[in-house]
Amino acid sequence: MATALMTTPTEIPWVDRLRADGAEGQAAIAELHDLLLKAARFEVERRAAELSHLRGGDLDDLAQQAADDALVAVLRKLDDFRGEARFTTWAYKFALLEAAVKVRRRAWQGREVPLEDEAWARFAAVDSAGRAAEDAELLAALRDEIQGSLTPRQREVLVAVALNGVPIDVLAERLGSNRGALYKNLHDARRKLRECLAERGFALGAGGEEER
Amino acid sequence: MNRDDLLGRVLGPGKPELTCEQCFAELDRYVELVVGGEKADERIPGMRAHLHGCPACAEDFRSLRDLVAEER
Repeated sequence: MATALMTTPTEIPWVDRLRADGAEGQAAIAELHDLLLKAARFEVERRAAELSHLRGGDLDDLAQQAADDALVAVLRKLDDFRGEARFTTWAYKFALLEAAVKVRRRAWQGREVPLEDEAWARFAAVDSAGRAAEDAELLAALRDEIQGSLTPRQREVLVAVALNGVPIDVLAERLGSNRGALYKNLHDARRKLRECLAERGFALGAGGEEER
Repeated sequence: MNRDDLLGRVLGPGKPELTCEQCFAELDRYVELVVGGEKADERIPGMRAHLHGCPACAEDFRSLRDLVAEER
């Protein structure tokens, strides 16, 4: 099976062809678009259940838009291709990302982001599942810290993404932000919560596994 | 959602992890290492933790892995 290290020499021509003038460059761009469309359709099809209200033609329109946007992104980022993976693998990730973001946003179109109250209902549901008193203590402390120790932005992102399952790209669109910036908010919130729980005497391992 | 799921989602991986931007930059190489059966997590530290903590990047990873695997 091919490995990342074995691919480099054979992948350079893709970049050269895409940069070529005239018919050769145009042919390479058309070939690349076909590859990106294949990847975008792959993603849209595996997520079709999220868009059950859309017709097949609409789904394919979504894939076409994703492939078009991915083509622009790939051509703009061509200098970033370092040959550490196959060119096609590198290019596919742009199409899959564009398609996934479009599907997530379409699936949430017209839907309200759930309120914070719905998140606390999840805590209550865990509380009532017959766990030991220690668990109830930990969950109560966690809820306190979410409400009292985070900045409003950290709490908003944590509650929406981690508790209510709002896709981060959907939240980013509503807040006029981007995935990376919101994940930084989420990461900082998680770190703060871990610190606060440690101060209260809860020992937390990696992955949220409590080891007390 | 059970208790462990809830704690995992709220508290995240709790170890050093890549950012979303770094994850995207390394995703193609990571996927080829995974599909090739190589030690992807040793070669790209922090990727697995990020995929644990970020549902969107984890979905992107699974899609690229499955597409690349399908072609081999």
